[in-house]
Amino acid sequence: MKRVYVNEEWCLGCHLCEYNCAFANSNEDDMILACKDKTLDARITIEDRDDGIHFAVNCRECKDPLCLKSCIAGAIFRDGDMIRIDKDRCVLCYSCIMACPYGALRPTKEKVMGKCELCTDNGRKVPACVEGCPNKAIVFEER
Amino acid sequence: MEYVIIGNSYAALGAINGIRSIDKTSPIYIISKEPYYAYARPVISYVLYSKAKEENIFLRPEEYYKENNVVVKTNCEALSIDPDNHSIKLSDETNMHFDKLLIATGSSPFIPPMKGLEKVKDKFTFMTLDDMKSVEKAVNKKKSVLIIGAGLIGLKAAEGVLDRSKEVNVVDLAPRILPSILDEEASKIVQRELEEKGIKFHLGCSAEEFNEKSVKLTNNEELSFDVLILAVGVRPNTNLAKEAGLTCSRGIVVDTMCRTSHPDIYAAGDVAEEVELTTGESRIIAIIPNATMQGETAGLNMAGGEKHFTNPVAMNAIGFFGSHIITAGTYNGECEVIKDESFYKKFFIKDNKLKGFILMGRAVDRAGIYTAVLRNQLDLSTIDWNTLKEKPSLAAFALKERKNMLTKEV
Repeated sequence: MKRVYVNEEWCLGCHLCEYNCAFANSNEDDMILACKDKTLDARITIEDRDDGIHFAVNCRECKDPLCLKSCIAGAIFRDGDMIRIDKDRCVLCYSCIMACPYGALRPTKEKVMGKCELCTDNGRKVPACVEGCPNKAIVFEER
Repeated sequence: MEYVIIGNSYAALGAINGIRSIDKTSPIYIISKEPYYAYARPVISYVLYSKAKEENIFLRPEEYYKENNVVVKTNCEALSIDPDNHSIKLSDETNMHFDKLLIATGSSPFIPPMKGLEKVKDKFTFMTLDDMKSVEKAVNKKKSVLIIGAGLIGLKAAEGVLDRSKEVNVVDLAPRILPSILDEEASKIVQRELEEKGIKFHLGCSAEEFNEKSVKLTNNEELSFDVLILAVGVRPNTNLAKEAGLTCSRGIVVDTMCRTSHPDIYAAGDVAEEVELTTGESRIIAIIPNATMQGETAGLNMAGGEKHFTNPVAMNAIGFFGSHIITAGTYNGECEVIKDESFYKKFFIKDNKLKGFILMGRAVDRAGIYTAVLRNQLDLSTIDWNTLKEKPSLAAFALKERKNMLTKEV
């Protein structure tokens, strides 16, 4: 399956992916409305190291997902190769946050758990973070 | 091949996964004491708290069982196991044959003898969907609720009933709340938060004598109530295993493959005890991820695979009224505390390895990064611990580790 990968050698640490992600998942038509003066509801996180290295982290779509195995509510489920969250079942208990080794989940504005679903949940063909990366550091490919 | 699972919760579902990853067709029989298909047990408190809908509580759709050739016998209890003849006696007066058996009978509320308890009419435990339905019916805005037990179950029940009742009093023999997952300092913080919401605590004392609607405590205090919830603790349901001659300590003793002392009988979940990661001691780790992973391990091995579950460790995510606590491991070793007004974190480090942690408030963000450090018992000198303890991040890992995590399929 195609996943999002980041080449940290090329990541500028510009955080644009976070904005593009928040916009793609916002239901707004305008990026300014989606992002300006708002806590970014992004499902990708840029990490910055003191030595100038930057890289993005999003859901790895693990083959053996600890979030799913820890979910108390049966809200996290497998859909083919993808791991998804059923928003009607999530009780926001944070068990998945406790379990995910990548720190890839965080609650959304709707008070349910959120994570990257590779933009399949907002009708895009290519994830917004990948499409908007100015240095092509984030790629969408099979490895 | 015929597989039988006694028990119908997370460990059982894990076992179905494990079995079906190898054996796609042989029948699996599930013996369930309750009248339901597997449901999200801890979500009962969220239903009371109006954060979850009861119709969403079932963990698998009915078709799932059919598609996976799983037969669930509900309202049915296993009365005894005959290991030599591979047979189980059931409460519907039939016998069931098994080639491989999983005991996943979980635990039951423990109710210590208390004087006058028989006089109390509206008394409940809080472990099952039926318990929740009974409590839901019994409470209303005119009723006072008394909860005996300030552990995970008692306090989630308290959260659930607070807005539905007149008042909530919680009594515990321990001098502090949530003693199984918090240390003294953290207990105090959470207690204060819950008191601000309106829950009243009576700690370091117990019920001396009950009347129909009141209790006298050992500290001479007298409390009146309409509804009593008993959440003192739980006991593993080991009777079947003990009577069948399987090796039991507090729980059914299993190895890393979840095998009991009989080659064709496995155990998983809250009834099983195994070697805990951070202490090397054999104990029961009664948490959902463990039940799921042990169940899966057992299932895989029952179907002829070879899988070991080598790092069982306690971890809990619990929250009250929208604030969250995440804890893991055991609390021995040197302690490092980082805190301010909005967060609290405490780490326990021994032999340069993370043995346990308590995270509260904002500190719960990305907590799984700490959990992974603990579950893998990483040598802290191989990572930038000083950065990591301040802020959970993958940036604290060396390049090779980062590449392993982020540049390939995991």
